[in-house]
Amino acid sequence: MAIGHYLVLSGVLFSIGAAGVFLRRNLITLLLSVEIMLNAVNLAFVAFGRQFGTVDGQIITFFVMTVAAAEAAVGLALVIGLFRHRESLNPEAFTSLKW
Amino acid sequence: MLFYAFAGAAVIGSLLVVTQKNPVYSVLALIASFFGLSGLYVLLEAPFVAVVQIIIYAGAIMVLFLFVVMLLNVPREDAAEWDRAHPLYRPMAVRIGGALALLLALELAWALSRTAGLGGGVADQHPAVSSVAELGRVLFTDYMFAFEVTSILILIAMVGAVILAKKKEE
Amino acid sequence: MAEIIAWVTSPMFIAYATLVGVVFMALQISAAVMVYAERKVAAFMQQRLGPTRVGPQGLLQPIADIVKLFFKEELRPKAADAFLFSLAPIISVTTAFLAFAPVPFGAATTFFGLLPEPMALMIADVNVAVLVIFAVASMGVYGIVLAGWASNSKYSLLGGLRSSAQMISYELAYGMSLATIVMFAGSMSLREIVDLQQGYWLGFIPKWYIFIQPVAFFVFACAGIAETNRAPFDFPEAEQELVAGYHTEYSSMRFAMFFMAEYINMVTVSAVAVNLFMGGWHGPFIPVEYGWIWFLIKLAFLLFCYLWLRWTLPRFRYDQLMSFGWKVLLPLATVNLLLTAAGVLYFGL
Repeated sequence: MAIGHYLVLSGVLFSIGAAGVFLRRNLITLLLSVEIMLNAVNLAFVAFGRQFGTVDGQIITFFVMTVAAAEAAVGLALVIGLFRHRESLNPEAFTSLKW
Repeated sequence: MLFYAFAGAAVIGSLLVVTQKNPVYSVLALIASFFGLSGLYVLLEAPFVAVVQIIIYAGAIMVLFLFVVMLLNVPREDAAEWDRAHPLYRPMAVRIGGALALLLALELAWALSRTAGLGGGVADQHPAVSSVAELGRVLFTDYMFAFEVTSILILIAMVGAVILAKKKEE
Repeated sequence: MAEIIAWVTSPMFIAYATLVGVVFMALQISAAVMVYAERKVAAFMQQRLGPTRVGPQGLLQPIADIVKLFFKEELRPKAADAFLFSLAPIISVTTAFLAFAPVPFGAATTFFGLLPEPMALMIADVNVAVLVIFAVASMGVYGIVLAGWASNSKYSLLGGLRSSAQMISYELAYGMSLATIVMFAGSMSLREIVDLQQGYWLGFIPKWYIFIQPVAFFVFACAGIAETNRAPFDFPEAEQELVAGYHTEYSSMRFAMFFMAEYINMVTVSAVAVNLFMGGWHGPFIPVEYGWIWFLIKLAFLLFCYLWLRWTLPRFRYDQLMSFGWKVLLPLATVNLLLTAAGVLYFGL
């Protein structure tokens, strides 16, 4: 498989993730879309790593996964906190700066 | 051939994540997508990344998502007035969001179409490095500092998550 | 076309296809046998007789159970999520079968010269086998969680939530104990780890890792029991509190699939424990070609321990389970990992 195939796939996944972030109105789905984007980037890293015959691509993937785990933990904690206040997951419900 | 099967799984899974109304289905679709990606990592001769993808993403992070979705128990998205309306009557913000997403996709396509040297096989130039020992060696020597910083990041995230999710005692 | 036919009719292909079929059937039958064994052991421990009516000594009881499950009515609550309700038992049983794939259960053999080259007695020889088992085991939780959620019943949901929390908590300790052994052996392939445990110290103590790494074995055993949701960690289906937990709303074959998954998981965890800690198919008196006999003996012993524990120990309380997992098991596994790392570095093992 050519490197181009992997990059196009990575681009497609990243666009889908970005579309999800821009268009969806559900905090959980927003976080999931961010995960899609991170994974698209991971794919590009591993593909480039394979092309250049180094492990660096794979290692950066691990760092991205760690950051994704941290992001998911804090993000979901925020979602739980927000849901307690408004009983909603729609980001438009959280427009006031103070409650 | 396998590439297209895995790539198809990843793309269809991701599309379902974005289009499903029910967050539980979104989470499951994302897991399917991760399995596709894991297969691609195997094709790229990175078996360790493939397995870690399943263990960490599908096995830990997604369980956390599913746990929260079930805990909050709001299966349906709040379908606001505008959500059921004709696409053209949706508020400005949504239309701009859609335009931005489209713009990003176009830019990526444009950038890729102008990049040279994408046709060569990914495995043509160098032999694969797929041994876990080599991975570990590089991770704990060249990337030592980044590794340590990441561990601190995880610790901070953990403390933050506990504090954020804790019920305030009146 | 001719090539495909030649490949399909080659002895190696036929041998592997047979092996896959045999393992598949053996796992299914093991579930039935385990149900019988469980009832007999329970009866023995409670001074009862257990099943005696069907066949001599009740030996045909598993078949009667299977027939009964086949002919039961398939029920689904009206408010349940139809798709996920059917998907959940499938996920459970698939992951249970899949987890056994990288587990070797005997030395490579040519079947008395029937095959041109020796064949390893395992389905898939992957060089990251330990991690694959860990990964597949971590998928099993989805079947339970989805069953709990899709049933749309409070008992099921509580069972599902409890199980996801329990499995996430114990997976860490499980992974730590696996990492200890991987580090000690310097390999992630189960076949190599087993072969490293050949031989004896002082002529009679087998070189099993259970003697060098008793702490890792303890952690592995506790976490393994918790991962398979068996007593004393059977919270997802604690019947006194949750009716039947995540499979309250299930009946007939869907229920049987959960049941089968539970027993197959027990077999897999025990098989992995035999490979990692008890020298796999190596043992005295039996030549290594028949090593699978030793493997089966050790496996049967560990499975008996499972039943023994279930009928001896009372169930933990939920908060005890959580504090045991996070405050005892995980620190213990971490300290053991660090000490082993120091030992491996210092003695250059």
